[in-house]
Amino acid sequence: MSEITRAEVCAVAIAEAFRDDGETLMSAFGTTPTVGGRLAKLTFAPDLFMTDGIATGIESVPPVSGPPRDDLVKSAWMPFRLFFDNVVWTTNRHVMMMASQIDQYGNQNFACIGPHEKPKAQLLGMRGAPGNTLYHATSYFVPNHSAKVFVEKVDVVSGVGYDRAAALGETTSRFHDIRRVVSNLGVFDFATPDNRMRLVSVHPGVGVEDVVANTAFELVIEGDVPETRTPSDEELHLIRDVLDPEGLINKEVRD
Amino acid sequence: MDKRMHESDVIAEIQDGMTIGIGGWGSRRKPMSLVRAILRSDLKDLTVVTYGGPDAGLLCKYGKVRKLIYGFVSLDSIPLEPHFRQARQAGSFRAAELDEGMLQWGLRAAAHRLPFLPCRAGLGSDVVTVNPELRRVISPYDDGEELIAMPALELDVALIHMNRADKLGNGQFLGPDPYFDDLFCHAAKRRFMSCEKIVASEDFQKEGSVQTVSINRLMVDGVIEAPGGAHFTECTPDYGRDEAFQREYAATAKDPEAWEAFKARYLDADSEADYQKAVQEAAKTR
Repeated sequence: MSEITRAEVCAVAIAEAFRDDGETLMSAFGTTPTVGGRLAKLTFAPDLFMTDGIATGIESVPPVSGPPRDDLVKSAWMPFRLFFDNVVWTTNRHVMMMASQIDQYGNQNFACIGPHEKPKAQLLGMRGAPGNTLYHATSYFVPNHSAKVFVEKVDVVSGVGYDRAAALGETTSRFHDIRRVVSNLGVFDFATPDNRMRLVSVHPGVGVEDVVANTAFELVIEGDVPETRTPSDEELHLIRDVLDPEGLINKEVRD
Repeated sequence: MDKRMHESDVIAEIQDGMTIGIGGWGSRRKPMSLVRAILRSDLKDLTVVTYGGPDAGLLCKYGKVRKLIYGFVSLDSIPLEPHFRQARQAGSFRAAELDEGMLQWGLRAAAHRLPFLPCRAGLGSDVVTVNPELRRVISPYDDGEELIAMPALELDVALIHMNRADKLGNGQFLGPDPYFDDLFCHAAKRRFMSCEKIVASEDFQKEGSVQTVSINRLMVDGVIEAPGGAHFTECTPDYGRDEAFQREYAATAKDPEAWEAFKARYLDADSEADYQKAVQEAAKTR
């Protein structure tokens, strides 16, 4: 097999974020998160439930690209309104969203850059991030780790981080659960006493100092930081031949 | 009973400063023929409530919007709506940006004639700072939880587009998702439904199961037959999104000359029929 790419390492790290979820709705946005989430379902997390991205729950696991398929095993009707009625506000979901900015407590912004009343750059808007983060497990993916993304303070809070959740009190924040952040440089979580972001592992070929230099806040770094695990042969086969035959993830995450 | 009317009859019912709810989602099954009729009109200072797509982009581009109430604005295959972005970055309208679920909650409160519904989504995020008018309510039960009192999004007018309708005002969706069209109708004083085709009531069941007739005539005041009325958004199974046209539309945001040419070619037409003709002619040369 040809050399393992950084994107493939990210896909496996993303799959790992869904490993212990059991039967829940796996929602992943972006190419690499989609491949990673589906990889988890095809390997160690078969009970994950997913949709076709339109309005149907599916039991088959299609590739991330290519024409619409008519061989999908459609098992349940999942129109947009059911996301609020059935999975988001009933807490049974783990979403992985992108972050244009994220801070040390996991506050996330993909709404706009600059002041909200007249932004320098309008991005997606709040979308479902405020509700998602208060109601169910949330992880983030950043394909371009830099000090402009991992910032001291986000311009606008769309996804709620640990400091703001704590301020809401135990009742309101009882479902708040920012699981993991996967970037093109490493894997992060918030398993620290004050829920500040911790460096869990660095991807092969990345130094801890590279991560620190590209992060505008102080990361929690405990002892020797391990390397992110690389894909197994079976995982590489699933990524390259089944889920992403066009290699699109390598355009989202460059080596 | 016969509720059939034309786009111009709908415009005659809308006044400056009104609150308009627009059905569909992103670049999907949007009542674009009615939006185009607003673009051709002198209407201004509108408050628009939408799961936004090119409806929001075009109304902002034309300066029709005083306040936009939304969770996102997207063209789906083009994630960021460039005309909306441009208007936002110019600060040309008041942006009441909410969580997507809050928008549904506000429509539902209006539908049920409630002043508000309690809502947890939004707390802790900047939804509460960018919408300072949002107030809180404390649960009167033992939990004592403080929640947002999501105010009813009461609409003066709702505009929706369906695949089929009858002249009585019953409406049928044949695609995969009803979106929130029923809530927009319930939340509005006057409700106008365009459709691809008007059929006899007895023919609904030839098209789809009874569950697909999601809009009943108690929810509708006017029916407009508008073949291609959702163009360039998708209206499955009648047609998919016109991606080539949407790309052309999106590309004009960066180039004022291209925008003027696009506007002259398609949107300055005197009527919806002229728009459809221009679209067909453009498709032949593409």
